[in-house]
Amino acid sequence: MMPEASTLAPRIDHLFFALVGLSLVIVLLVGCLVAGFAVRYRRGSKAQRGQLPKWITRDVELGWTAATFFVAIFIFWFAASMQTSEFEIPNNAMEIHVVAKQWMWKLEHADGQREINTLHVPVGVPVRLVMTSQDAIHSFFVPAFRIKQDVLPGRYTETWFQATKPGTYHLFCAEYCGTDHSQMTGGIVVMPPAAFARWSEGAAAQGTLAAQGAVLFRQLGCSGCHGKSARVRAPSLAGLYGTRQPMAGGGFRQVDEEYLHDSIEQPQKDIVAGYTPVMPSYQGIASEGDIIRIIAYLKTLKAGGRQ
Amino acid sequence: MNSDPTRGGIPERGAEPPSYLREGTTVRSWLTTTDHKRIGILYALAITFFFALGAVAAALIRAELVTPSGDFLTNDEYNQAFTLHGIVMVWFFLVPSIPATLGNFLLPMMIGAKDVAFPRLNLMSWYVFMAGGLLALFAILAGGVDTGWTFYTPFSTLYSNSHVLLAALGVFVVGFSSIATGVNFIATVHLLRARGMTWMRLPLFVWAMYTTSLVMVLATPVLAMSLLLVVAERAFGLPIFDPRSGGDPLLFQHLFWFYSHPAVYIMVLPAFGVVSEIITCEARRRIFGYQFMVYAMVVIAVIGFMVWGHHMFVSGQSAFASMVFSFLSFVIAVPSAIKVFNWTGTLYRGQIRFSAPMLYALGFIGLFTIGGLTGLFLASVPLDVHLTDTYFVVAHFHYIMVGGSVSAFFGGLHFWWPKITGRLYSERLAQFAAISMFFGFNFTFFPQFIMGTMGMPRRYHDYPPEFQPWHVMSSVGALVLGFGYLWPIFYLGWSLFRGERAPANPHGATGLEWQTRSPPPKDNFDRLLVVDQEPYLYHPKESTPDEVEQAHAKQKP
Ligand code: HEC
Ligand SMILES: [Cu+2]
Ligand SMILES: [Cu+2]
Repeated sequence: MMPEASTLAPRIDHLFFALVGLSLVIVLLVGCLVAGFAVRYRRGSKAQRGQLPKWITRDVELGWTAATFFVAIFIFWFAASMQTSEFEIPNNAMEIHVVAKQWMWKLEHADGQREINTLHVPVGVPVRLVMTSQDAIHSFFVPAFRIKQDVLPGRYTETWFQATKPGTYHLFCAEYCGTDHSQMTGGIVVMPPAAFARWSEGAAAQGTLAAQGAVLFRQLGCSGCHGKSARVRAPSLAGLYGTRQPMAGGGFRQVDEEYLHDSIEQPQKDIVAGYTPVMPSYQGIASEGDIIRIIAYLKTLKAGGRQ
Repeated sequence: MNSDPTRGGIPERGAEPPSYLREGTTVRSWLTTTDHKRIGILYALAITFFFALGAVAAALIRAELVTPSGDFLTNDEYNQAFTLHGIVMVWFFLVPSIPATLGNFLLPMMIGAKDVAFPRLNLMSWYVFMAGGLLALFAILAGGVDTGWTFYTPFSTLYSNSHVLLAALGVFVVGFSSIATGVNFIATVHLLRARGMTWMRLPLFVWAMYTTSLVMVLATPVLAMSLLLVVAERAFGLPIFDPRSGGDPLLFQHLFWFYSHPAVYIMVLPAFGVVSEIITCEARRRIFGYQFMVYAMVVIAVIGFMVWGHHMFVSGQSAFASMVFSFLSFVIAVPSAIKVFNWTGTLYRGQIRFSAPMLYALGFIGLFTIGGLTGLFLASVPLDVHLTDTYFVVAHFHYIMVGGSVSAFFGGLHFWWPKITGRLYSERLAQFAAISMFFGFNFTFFPQFIMGTMGMPRRYHDYPPEFQPWHVMSSVGALVLGFGYLWPIFYLGWSLFRGERAPANPHGATGLEWQTRSPPPKDNFDRLLVVDQEPYLYHPKESTPDEVEQAHAKQKP
C-alpha cells in the first residue's frame, strides 16, 4: 500500500499492523456483542431473560477494567521501546542542513551543494537533517521514510533516516504555513552510492560549507574579536563544539548547533562566564544559510590552534 | 411500567398553568426570557445557523478536493474555508451543542428544579455567545481568516494577512459564554437538586453535564489567555512567540492544547450522557455499572488535563515529555473503553427497541469505538510521527466529534423532541435519517484513514494524484452524510406543525423530566418532587425487563 523506503519504515509498519489487528479484534468483539444482543434481546423476542447472577456486575467490571488497562500499558511499552531505540541518531550520519521558508525547502550538503525542494541522498547511508525555519513553523515529512519533524524558527530541530531503496519520494510540508502550504512539496531522490558520488562531483565548485563559513567568519568581522590578534577579549572558538561552557549566571551549556546558533543571533541570551557581553547580535545580518556555514566552519576548528 | 418516582409529591395548585411555549409568544418575550427551556431553544436556533455555515464550508472543501489541482477556490480561499469550518464547528457548534441546548433544557428538569441557579446569567451567556458569533461572522465577511482553527504562532501573529484579530476576539468572547454556562450548571447541580436526589441518584446525563462544566470552567480561561497573547503580539507587537525577540513559538502550542485537549471532552462527555439515557430507556434496562460510569467520567475530566502534549510529538518537545504524554494518553483510553463495554453490557438481557434515538445511540457506540481505537495509534509516539498532520488525524477526530458527538446530539434531539415541542415525529423517517447518517459518515471518513496512512497531509489544497480515488470516495460519502443531516429538517419541521400531540412520557422513560407534561409548564413541574429511587429503574433489581413486561401485560384487559 505504501512504499517502505527507510530502515525505520518496516518497524513502524510492524507497530501499525499490530495495532490494526488489535483494533479489528476489539471492533469485532464490540460489534458482535452489540449486534448479537440487539438481535437476541430485541423487544418481544423469545430469548430467556433470567436474572443476572449477583457477581456479574462487579467482577465483570473489574475484569475488563484491568484487561483494558494492561492492553493499554502493553501497547505503550511496545511503542515507547521503539521510540527510544529508533530515534537515536547514528554518529557517522551524513549531515544535511535544511532551511524552510514560506514556501520552499532549501537543502544544503556538507560539501557545499545546494538544492531547492529536492534532496539527493545515497542509499544505505544514515542522513541527519539539521533544520530551521526563516519564518513560520513548517514540518519536514517524508511518508515513505515514516519521518516527520517540525521545523521551527529560531532553533534547530533534528531528524534522521537511512534510505533503503533507490527512487524518488514525496517530501511534504506537514505543518500549515499559509497560502502555498500545499505547494511546499518536493522530492527526495535516493540513488545508489556510485550514482550519488557521480552526482555530487558535479557541484563542489563553491567549496565546502565549512570553507564558505571561513570566508563569512572574516567578512562578518567575527575574526576581529575571536581571531588570534584581536584586541577585544573574546573566547576562543577553537575546539568549542561538543564541550560544556560555563555561563555567567552559573551553570553550564552544552555547545551544540542550537547553542552556536543562539550565540550568533542572540548573544545576550547566554553569556560565557568571565567575558563582558560586547558581542553584537547578527540577527538580520547573517542569514540562516550563513549561520549554517559558520557553524560548519566552527565545527572544523581543532582545539589548540587559534583561528 | 415503572413505579412513579414522584410518589409522595404534594400537589401544588389546582388549575394547570400553560406550557412554557404559551407563556408569552412575542419575540420580546423570547429575547428577555430567563426560562432555561427557552434559552435552550434560543441556543438551538443559533447553533443550527452556525452548523449550517460550517457545513457549507465543509461542502466547499469536499467539492474542491474531488480533483488534485485547484478548481474553483484559490489557495487562500481554500485555506479560509477549512479555517472557517474548524472555528465555527468547534466553538460555535460542538462546544455549545449538547450542553447549551439539551443541557439547558433538561438539566434542571432532571434534578427536579424549576430553573438553573442563575437564570439571568444564563440569558447573558446567550447574548455573549451571539456577540462572539457576530465577531466571527464579521471576520468572515471582512475577508476571512486563514490560520486554521489552531491559530498556531508565529504564523498567526506575524505572517498571516487575514483577519486573525477579529476571529480570535470572537472565540475569546464566546469562551465566556461557555464559562457562564459551566458555572451555572455546577451551581445548579449543587444547590437545586430535589429532595432525595442524592449524587448517586443523578442520571448520567446530569453527571455528564457536571463534569463537562468543570472542564469548561477550568480550561476555557487558558484558551482566553492564549488568544489574548496572540492579540498582544499581532496588534501591539509585544514579543511573546517571535523567536527573533526571544519569544517561544512553542509556548502557544502548549497553552492552546492545554485547553483544546480538554475541549475534546467538553464535546464528548455530554454525548456520553445522552447515549446513556437513550440506551437504558430503549433497552428497558438499568445502566450496567452506574458507579463505574460516573467514575469514568470524573477520571476522564481530570486526566484530560494532563495529556495535551500528545499533539506535539513532532513539535520539538523533549523525547521524555513525549513519552510521559504518551503514557497518560494510553491511561485515559481505559475509562473510555469502560464506558463502551458498559453500554454494551446494558443491552444484555434487555427488551431492545430500535427507535430512531436508539439507532443514533448504537451508531455512536460503533463510531466512538473506532475513533477511540485510532486514538491509540496517535498516542504511540513512533506511529504518531508518521500519522500526525495527515488525514489520519482528520478522520480520527471526526469519528470522535462528528461520528460520536453529533450522532449523540441528533439522538438526543429526537429522544427529547416530544418533551421539548410536545409533538411526535415520524419514527420511520427518523430511522431512515439515522441510518443514512451512519453510512454516510463512514463513507466520508473511513477513506481518510487510508489516505492519511499513505501520507496525505491535511490542509492541502493541491495534492498528488495518487490520493484522488480516496478523496473522490470521501466527497461522495459527504453527499450521503449531508442528506442525513438535511432530512431531519423536513420531518421535524413538519412535526412541529402537523405532528401528533405527544403524551407526557411517550418512551416510558424513568427520568424526572418525563414526569411532567409535554411541553412542560414554565416552572417545569406542577407539584413538588421527592425522589426516593435510583435512576434507570426500568425493572426492579431482582427481576428482568422481561418479567416486568409480562407482569405489565397481564394487568391490561
Ligand atoms: C565585538 C566583538 C565580537 C564580535 C564582532 C563577535 N563576537 Fe562572538 N563573542 C564576543 C564575546 C565578548 C563573547 C563572550 C561573551 C558572550 O558570550 O556573549 C562572544 C561569544 C561568542 C560565542 C560563544 C563562545 C563560547 O565560548 O561559548 C560564539 C559561538 C561566538 N561569539 C561566535 C561569533 C561569531 C560567529 C561571530 C561573527 C558572526 C562573532 N562571534 C562576532 C565578541 C564578539
Ligand atoms: Cu510549510
Ligand atoms: Cu488531545
